[in-house]
Order: sequence, then structure tokens, then C-alpha cells
Amino acid sequence: MFKGRELGFRLGTGAVAFCIVLIVAAIGWELVRQSQLSIAKFGLGFWVHDIWDPVSGEFGARPFIWGTLYSSVLALLLAGPIALGIAIFLSELCPASLRTPLTFLTELLAAIPSIVYGLWGIYVLVPIVRSLESSLPESLKMVPLFSGPPVGVGMLAAVLILAVMVIPFTASVAREVLKAVPMSQREGAYALGATKWEAIQAALYYARTGIIGAVMLGFGRALGETMAVTMVIGNTPKISLSLLAPQYTMAAVLANEFSEAADELYLDALIEVGLVLFIITLTVNVASRMLIWKMNRPAVKRKPVRVATPVGEAA
Amino acid sequence: MNRDTIRRVRSTVVVWLSGLAVLLALVPLGMILFFVVARGLFSLNLAFFTHMPVPVGEAGGGMANSIVGTLMLIGMGALFAIPVGVISGVYAAEFGGTRLATMVQFAADTLNGVPSIVIGVFVYGIAVLPVKQFSAFAGSLALGIMMIPIITRTTEELVKLVPMSLREGALALGATRARATMSVVLPAAAPGIITGVVLALARIAGETAPLLFTAFNNRFFSTSPGQPISSLTVQVFTYAISPYEEWHRQAWAGALVLVTLVLMCSILARLATRRLERLQTGQ
Amino acid sequence: MRACQRVFATLAGLALLVSGIGAQTIQINGAGATFPNPIYSKWFSEYNKANPKVQINYQPIGSGGGIRQLSNQTVFFGATDGPMTPEQMQQAPGKVLHLPTVLGAVVPIYNLQGAGELKFNGQVLADIYLGKITKWNDAAIAKLNAGAKLPATDITVVHRAEASGTSYIWVDFLAKVSPEWLKKAGVATSVNWPVGLGGKGNEGVSGLVQQTPGSIGYVELIYAIQNKISYGSVQNADGEFVRATVQSVTAAAGAAVKNMPKDFRVSITNAPGKGVYPISSFTWLLLYENPKDKAQSKVMVDFVKWALTDGQKFAPDLGYAPLPAEVVKLEMAVLGTIKVS
Repeated sequence: MFKGRELGFRLGTGAVAFCIVLIVAAIGWELVRQSQLSIAKFGLGFWVHDIWDPVSGEFGARPFIWGTLYSSVLALLLAGPIALGIAIFLSELCPASLRTPLTFLTELLAAIPSIVYGLWGIYVLVPIVRSLESSLPESLKMVPLFSGPPVGVGMLAAVLILAVMVIPFTASVAREVLKAVPMSQREGAYALGATKWEAIQAALYYARTGIIGAVMLGFGRALGETMAVTMVIGNTPKISLSLLAPQYTMAAVLANEFSEAADELYLDALIEVGLVLFIITLTVNVASRMLIWKMNRPAVKRKPVRVATPVGEAA
Repeated sequence: MNRDTIRRVRSTVVVWLSGLAVLLALVPLGMILFFVVARGLFSLNLAFFTHMPVPVGEAGGGMANSIVGTLMLIGMGALFAIPVGVISGVYAAEFGGTRLATMVQFAADTLNGVPSIVIGVFVYGIAVLPVKQFSAFAGSLALGIMMIPIITRTTEELVKLVPMSLREGALALGATRARATMSVVLPAAAPGIITGVVLALARIAGETAPLLFTAFNNRFFSTSPGQPISSLTVQVFTYAISPYEEWHRQAWAGALVLVTLVLMCSILARLATRRLERLQTGQ
Repeated sequence: MRACQRVFATLAGLALLVSGIGAQTIQINGAGATFPNPIYSKWFSEYNKANPKVQINYQPIGSGGGIRQLSNQTVFFGATDGPMTPEQMQQAPGKVLHLPTVLGAVVPIYNLQGAGELKFNGQVLADIYLGKITKWNDAAIAKLNAGAKLPATDITVVHRAEASGTSYIWVDFLAKVSPEWLKKAGVATSVNWPVGLGGKGNEGVSGLVQQTPGSIGYVELIYAIQNKISYGSVQNADGEFVRATVQSVTAAAGAAVKNMPKDFRVSITNAPGKGVYPISSFTWLLLYENPKDKAQSKVMVDFVKWALTDGQKFAPDLGYAPLPAEVVKLEMAVLGTIKVS
């Protein structure tokens, strides 16, 4: 089955691909190695402990885990539909003359350095969020989601900034993926009397693993974003459901405290936070892979989706 | 209302919603661009592009070393990230079911989620500490590692979407797997791959944290790969967190240059893509 | 593709050409505190103008970062706002000398419409940061500021998110005047703040305070001046209410000269004396006593000698206080012990 040159191709590309696995394994290994002191002292309790006190040497990562997951999931919920909408518009619905400039503009969002996002966040976004929060009706303030003083910095500002940063990535990849769907898919749908939206659904179905890939790319970005988040999230290690409350993420605490961490235990605890994030990212990826696998299992990739009404059937 | 009308209405609503999505994305873009341009445009002058940074109170400082530094770091990083990323993406797409392919996909996704500072710390441990020297090389290594997952993922998804008929056609003509991939599949997927590369470039061009402990920064002009090197992001960061209005203005000018740089990369890539597409469709 | 290759080759050639230039200059890398960055960049620039072959590249990555890189020997010298702890000194591969360069002050900034200039003392500041005083019209604040208009607004406390020398100086002072602070939070570049929001950098803190009515924070003096934020006076050990100025900060060092330890590792917060500003601190340059690269060592020693004499005149314009003459004299003697050959 494997001819000589076939094998060469497979081994050659495989070897290069393996480098990525090596790099990730090396990072994971380094993270484990450099957090030994902290792992030995706190064990699994590190994941559920709430106190982060560098002076007394008491470290727990739960507030950061919460902050990271809460902000990333909310950002994805906000950014996902918008990015998908953009991808659909640019690949399916956009008049050709507008396509290139609009594509540029959405990619431009990805070009802005995260530090600029952070500074814009603190000077422009946070005051806007603050006035928004101050103008919330009293009845809404009772809900835990909106409780707390309107300081401006906090989860809401972080979620908004993360969403804006995630959109260009997901939108661009999703757009490319949709463009690559063969026209035959859509034409088949139209031939069966589909509306525009239904034809788009056919294309989306065909490209679904690519779309999930685009979303995962965006999610990964949100999980690891440091600079922009730390400037608007308030940097307070407290767990809270409220969007108004200042909170803290794993990437932010790592960036903020890493260069000054004095003693070995402190340093190791910080690296362990990095390790926790690493493990969480791995877990999220496993989950999404399983989702993709389940989606692919029953159907062969090229099967067109059934359109709403078969031809001839009355209302 | 019969089902047909419902379907039509639904379709129109979706069309309008997706247009709205584009507008929604353009609002923050407009705000940020306005923010950066308004603060940075008037600090841009010839001196900015040709002079080194000067201390507070002196006129005529610039970021020439940072501009060159960023170009060098991105260039060196892309040099090793693009081949690794594209080849890995090809492997994952062509040999999709194998154990190695699954591992590669996992690895790429995980790598994408690793915070930039962790990558910086990792590269510090393997490329700076052993030689006790900050270097442009270490900086580009960190940036390159960050580029790989984006390029890999995009390449993989796009190569997978190339219709089997293209591959089968090439193989039927007697091409080897390698030839079929290189000459037929990759060019077909090229426009999308280029988008992935541009996205990756845009991502790393704006990164600060991974450079802090690898490329360090350099007040002076340097293009040596073995020495610390300046970069627009680190310099902008240093200026932005200072208390001086002058330095802030320089920071905004630097941010504007950075955004323009990435925009130019994107334009070039888009031109290349258009040329490729025209070649493929025979226009 | 061919055009791409040509462009790349040209760029590579240019790069090699340019890197050849400047091969005879000696470049020294240093890292450390952000607080003295403005004055250090002035110094290194002026020194480079006078000695074009000497390029000293200093990067403000934070005090702890400077200490760590110095210990790892990836930089030749470090700079810090808080002296190295005994453990850190032990971890360094050689003996490290602390050399004070200038003096700085940390001031309490606040955003309170119509309040004018406020007076604080250590106990009140500690209680605010402990979360015990929560409103601006609290009796303790009113007692210090008879006649000032203090509204019933909640106090929003702002501190530094990341570890920093500025925080160290601030909590060092709080711990000296409030035993409760010492017990609850302690002294370090990063503590478990009982209350408050974390702003990133001096800039982040001043930004947050400027935009949040009813907030209080702490920043280096120069940030308050440059951003035109109101900052209060603080009661010193002698009972006077002093505002941070070049004179009041230099006075704080002068008071400490009498008991100056030989290695200059001293905290001068809450120093006794007239006209002393209580939240002042030295900032130090860190050099190995016996480094491997003797050529770089000679350059640095010459530089520090210049900085302690000619360099001091640049300090006040940039918001720093020059060192008292007695301290400079003691330092010159120590500089003589560094091996330069």
C-alpha cells in the first residue's frame, strides 16, 4: 500500500507535524517541572482554594479559573454569532464591490496590538461601560448578574474587549471555509427551491468542522489573552457571577506578577497557574474534538442537507 | 401565512442580521482606529522613522530601531513558522485518521490557547537562560511558536475542503501523493492559507509579553540576531506606561505605524490571493 | 516567487551590512524598576553623547524582574525600588552591591470634587486600604481636614494589580504606622489586598482614579504631577503634614544618613525629621562586586561615578530628588571596591 515515494511524503510531513507535538509536550513538561514546589505543597487543593496571598505563601487558583472561563465563554457567546454573521455576509451575500474593502476592515481588527486594545479599553470603553452600569434600573440591580457598584472595570468590559478581539479570527477563518464550499452544494439546494438562508444552511453544514475550528481558534485566543484583559478587568481575585464585579484571569495574574515574583514558592505557584490553564485548554480541545467526531459519524461529508419543503408540497 | 412566506421572511431576516453583524464589528474598529489615529498622526514625522528614542525633554526622537526590529522579528519568526505550519496542516488533512494527525490537531489547538507570556517564559528557559543572553533569535522563536497553530489549523481546514476530484484527477494522471499535494491541492487552498498566514502575522505583530523575556528591547539600533532587539510593541508599552505626554504621543505614533504595517501585509496578501484566484479560474 | 526571493536576499544583505556597523561599541544590558526609567534614560543618553562608544541599554521590566535577570546573569546590572531580600542575595552567584541613585516619593491621589487639598496620616491610609474606613466623610478623615467639604461618597480603593516597587514603598510605610496592616497584608511588592481594584502600572492606577469619582490610589510623584491629579499631604513621624516635593524627599534621605548601613539597604519611609516627606524611598542600581566581564565593569563604575555627580543635576526637572552629599561620599568609597580589572 505504501509505495516508496508515498512513504517518503508521509514520513516527511509527519516528521514536521510531530515538531508541533514536541513543542507542546515540551511546554507542558517545563510547566510541570517549574511548579514542583507548589504542586508538592498544595496538591489538587490548588484548583479549589480561593486565597491568593504572596506574603503568607498561601496560593489558590480558583478565582482565576473562574475569571478565565466566565470571560471566555461569555465572549464566545457574544462573538460567535457575530463572527458567523460576518462570515456569511462576506462569503455569500455581499455585493462584489464591497467585498474586498469589508474583508480588509474586519481583518484590520486583528491587526490592532493587544496593548492598544487595553489602552483604548481603559480610556474609552470603561467610561462607557461605567455610565451604562450606572444607568441600570434598580430592579435589574437585584439580579446577581448585575449586582455591585458601577465601577466600569470588571467582567463586562473584559467580555466586550475579548469579543472584539475574537471576532476577526473566527470571522476570517469561517469566511475562508465557507468560500471553499463547492458551489454545487448551494446550487443543489437552490435547484430544490431553497431560500437564500436555506442554501446557506447547506453550505454551513458542509463546512461545519471548519466552522467549529474557527470558533475554537477564537476561544483559544480568548483563553490566553493577557494585556487587553488585565487593563479592564479590575484584577481582583474574587469569584462573582456579576458582570459588574472586578475579577481576575489566569493569564492576567501570570503576566502581572511573574516578573516580580520573589521567592521560589511564589514563582512555582504562578507557573502552576500557567499549568492549570494549559490543562484546561487541553480539556476544552478534547471536548470539541469529540463534538466534531460525533457530528461526522453518521453522514459522509458530502451529503447535502435536506431542504425545508419538498417540491410540490402545499403549506 | 403559508410555509413558503415564513421561509422567505426568515431568509430576509438572516440576510439583514448578518449585515448588522458586519456593522457591529465595524463600530469598535472605527472607534479604535479613530483613537489611535487622532493621537498618533500628528506625532509622525520624518524623524520618527529615522531617529532613535530620546529621553524626555529632548525633541526629535523616533522609533527607527523599533520598526526595523519588529520587521526582523516577524520575518525571522515567519521564516520557520510558515513551513512548519503549512506542512503540519497538510499532514493533518491528508492523513486525517491517524493517531499522529489527531495528536497534531490537539497540540495545535492547545498551543493556540497558551498565553503569550507562558510561551515567552518557555523560550526564556530554552533559548535565553542557557546562553545567558537575550537575543532577537529568541524573540523570533517565541513569535514563531505563536504563529504555528493558526497557520496549521487554517491550512488543515482548507486542504480538507479541496474537493477529492482535484486530488483524484492529479493522481489519475500519474502524480505521486507529494506532487499532487504540492502542485494541485496546495495551490487550490492557497488563498485561504494566505489568510491564515496574514492572521498569524497580525496576531504576533501586536504581541508584547512574549518579547519581554526573549528579545528584551534595545534603546539602540541593532540588527544582530544574537543581541537584544527593539520592537514596536515593547517600545509602545514602555512609553505608554510612563507619565510623560511626549512619550505617550510617541507611543500612539508607534501604534499607528504598527497597525499600518500589518495592514500593508494584509494588502499584499490580498493581492497575491487575487492573482492566484485569477490564475486558477483562468480569467 | 522569484521576486519574493530577490526581496528577501536584499533585505538579508542589508541586515548583515548594517549589523557590521557599530561593531566596536560596547553594549551593556541592564533591567529593573520602571520608576527611575525617565532619569536613567536621560543619563544613559547623555553619557552616550559624551562617550559614543558606550551604549547602555536599560529596560524597565520591574524591580523583581531586574533582580531575577541579574541573578541569572542575562543582564549586567539591575535596578530596584525595594532592596533585595537576604534570600535573593543568597541566590545570586556573587556578591551584589546596592548603589542608591536618586530618591522618589509615592503620593496618595484621589478624585473628590470640591474637596481641595486633603491631609492624610498613616493610620487613616492604612484603615482605608484595610477596608475599615469606607466613606469620605468618615470621622477620622474629617478630623484631619477641618473645614474641608467631605461628601458621603463611598471610597473606591485602587492599588497596583501587578507586583511593583511602588507598591513596596507604599505598604512599607503602611506597615510601619499600622500594626494591623503588617499583620493582615504585610510588606512585599505584591500583597493580598484586603479591598480595592487593581490598576495596571502607575498609569493604570492614575487612569482609574482620574475616571472614578470618589476613588483613592497611590502613584509615584511624577505621575501625579504630569497627569495633574490631586494628591494629598501626609503626616510624618514628627507630626507635620508634608506634601511631596524635591526638598521634602531629599530631607527624608538626609535624616537616614546618620544610621546608613554600609550596604545602603535601608528603608527611609516614615523617617524622623523636620520637613521630611514620609513616603520616600531610594532607588538602587545593582552591580556585582566581582563580575566576569571586567571591561563592562569599568564602564559601569565610571558611569555611576558620573551619575552621582554630574548626573544629579538632571533629577529635579524630571521629578526626582537628588541624593544628599553625604550619601554620595559613602557611595564613592563603595564604588572603589568593585573589581574593574
